[in-house]
Amino acid sequence: MTNGDPWALLRSYTDARIGLGRAGSALPTSEVLKFSMAHAKARDAVRTPMDWTAIERELAALALASLRIASAATDRDSYLRRPDLGRVLGSESRQMLATQVRAAPELLLIIGDGLSSTAVAANAVATVGALLPFIRRNGWPLGPVLLASQARVALGDDAGGMLKARAVVMLIGERPGLSSPDSLGAYLTWEPRVGRKDGERNCISNIRTGGLSAAEAAFRINWLLREAFRLRLTGVRLKDESSYQLDAPPTMPAIRESI
Amino acid sequence: MYQATWRHTTWRFGDLRTLLAKATPLRSGDVLAGIAAASAEENVAARMALAEVPLRRFLSEVLIPYETDEVTRLIIDSHDRQAFATVASMTVGEFRDWLLSDSATPALLAQLAPGLTPEMVAAVSKLMRNQDLIMAARKVTVVSRFRDTIGLPGRLSVRIQPNHPTDDPRGIAASVIDGLMYGCGDAVIGINPASDNTAAIIDMLCMLDRMITRLAIPTQSCVLTHVTTSIEAISRGAPIDLVFQSIGGSEALNTSFGITLAMLKEGREAALSLKRGTVGDNVMYFETGQGAALSADAHHGIDQQTLEARAYAVAREFKPLLVNTVVGFIGPEYLYSGKEIIRAGLEDHFCGKLLGLPMGVDVCYTNHAEADQDDMDTLLTLLGTAGVNFVMGVPGADDIMLNYQSTSYHDSLYVREVLGLRRAPEFEAWLTRMGIMDPSGKLTSDHPSQALLAHAVGEAA
Repeated sequence: MTNGDPWALLRSYTDARIGLGRAGSALPTSEVLKFSMAHAKARDAVRTPMDWTAIERELAALALASLRIASAATDRDSYLRRPDLGRVLGSESRQMLATQVRAAPELLLIIGDGLSSTAVAANAVATVGALLPFIRRNGWPLGPVLLASQARVALGDDAGGMLKARAVVMLIGERPGLSSPDSLGAYLTWEPRVGRKDGERNCISNIRTGGLSAAEAAFRINWLLREAFRLRLTGVRLKDESSYQLDAPPTMPAIRESI
Repeated sequence: MYQATWRHTTWRFGDLRTLLAKATPLRSGDVLAGIAAASAEENVAARMALAEVPLRRFLSEVLIPYETDEVTRLIIDSHDRQAFATVASMTVGEFRDWLLSDSATPALLAQLAPGLTPEMVAAVSKLMRNQDLIMAARKVTVVSRFRDTIGLPGRLSVRIQPNHPTDDPRGIAASVIDGLMYGCGDAVIGINPASDNTAAIIDMLCMLDRMITRLAIPTQSCVLTHVTTSIEAISRGAPIDLVFQSIGGSEALNTSFGITLAMLKEGREAALSLKRGTVGDNVMYFETGQGAALSADAHHGIDQQTLEARAYAVAREFKPLLVNTVVGFIGPEYLYSGKEIIRAGLEDHFCGKLLGLPMGVDVCYTNHAEADQDDMDTLLTLLGTAGVNFVMGVPGADDIMLNYQSTSYHDSLYVREVLGLRRAPEFEAWLTRMGIMDPSGKLTSDHPSQALLAHAVGEAA
């Protein structure tokens, strides 16, 4: 390869869009179109409403019950403008949870649409499926899986606090990148309650084809959950001792908060 | 109490902070904070009231108490009354008229900068349309130097931003070489690292230093890590050109970034001690962005644009080489659309320039904002016209580590061509020597630099 096209070698080291060529000063047509398609996929991931029917069916096949809930953000536009609304339950959902869920679950699983319905459709059930054997082996009683629309990560604090769950795992669509519109995040919070800070959670990011597989993610979620139940905490004091790099870039603190 | 009367309606605003927030052109972040004008009419009435406020007023009514905020103390204590004298008798409205008049010459504006506070500059920007922001900023020249000269009239520099999700040195080197081939990199070659591990940071610094030294590139490198990490790296002998830090306009926000003004001073002194600059000693690189304070719950009820301008007071204390407002990065809850991003970019550039800073803009957006490449083309063209010192160069506009879109290497070629903007003189000479550019400034695309490629392949092996 080194004897051939040096760009081919350089391109093999990065997914960055290098060696694209030029049409005058501009990008060649083919690259403009490729970029546009990538942006279109990311836009659709943000804007396409979640099809929960398919998720419910797949969960039922795993013998898991589910309940739909919604945040106080009534539509996508208010969800994007008002992150605070995405962090609390809508009044109907609050009432429904109060009447329909009796026993406090040891572990609460929530699947939230977040910023990418594409990510949830592609990766959420696979991750739950991979996690189930671990949950059963640990003997953590599981309530129904909550399917949350217009959800931010902290919606798990409100729902988990209401249900008095010991821990919550929120699987949620991450902010879509141009090359990863389908990336799912898993956020773990011990003793969820309204007002938990981001530093009190652990996060496993980039769950997708070409990123972290569902099986790897489940392994790591289980590892962190076992530690959380042992130490009775999640967050910065629970160090993920696997090698994967989780931290948000320190210079850009806004990233984590934007989901 | 501030007020404006229009026909039979009188609008009242309790304090300067409220008045500034209500007078701000509408954006989602101020709505989210609950401080924006409640109606279009109230917004304009607030501008009418603001236009009548004497500039002197900003020296007596501070937005965050002097006693509890070191940014306020810095603003007040460093204010140059002599420089202020030129405009001391003006109201905000009169100041706008003066800025746009022929009386406000580039030389006068340069002298005035230390006499202006961020709040005065933010206030006048709220009375200005986009064309005013461009017209006034264009008159201000701010030049900074390290290994080349950035910000000369008619010039535009570009940061190569060769980020990689796992900091792979071969991947980073490949993106740098690609950027150099487009004649980018005269502002800085600056990596946002995925890791905050000091040893990994030092490896990246050494790799960039090797490239700059071997190829004799008249530019500087930076790994955009926390100031304390840079100080630690310097103590371990790392080849640091520029010390980076994200900064904000309130002490509370800077606390959330884990910094104090004293730490910035220590970082600057550490970088200066290395004496690595050849044509100057501007050793700091700062990044800012509207909305950061609200997201860190450190906004004190002040609008995001005024807080952003206050961050520039922090920046100018440390004589930076580069100040970069990362305008559309933070998301639609702060700047919702292309329109809001474009406005904010022009405001930040204008405010920074007027305060005497070498302003660059990361013209950018995220995929959940109502914006696309067309909006970025518009903002880049406007900023090029306004005389921005530098912009980003990201391969194909797609930052695969930070997951957002910025300006590309190609975009810089476009704006150079349509506006006739040249590169830093030292860098231009180097590009010609390397055969990347011909003497007319055109890229010699058919003959890629063999030296660069050889270096890249060697680095990669």
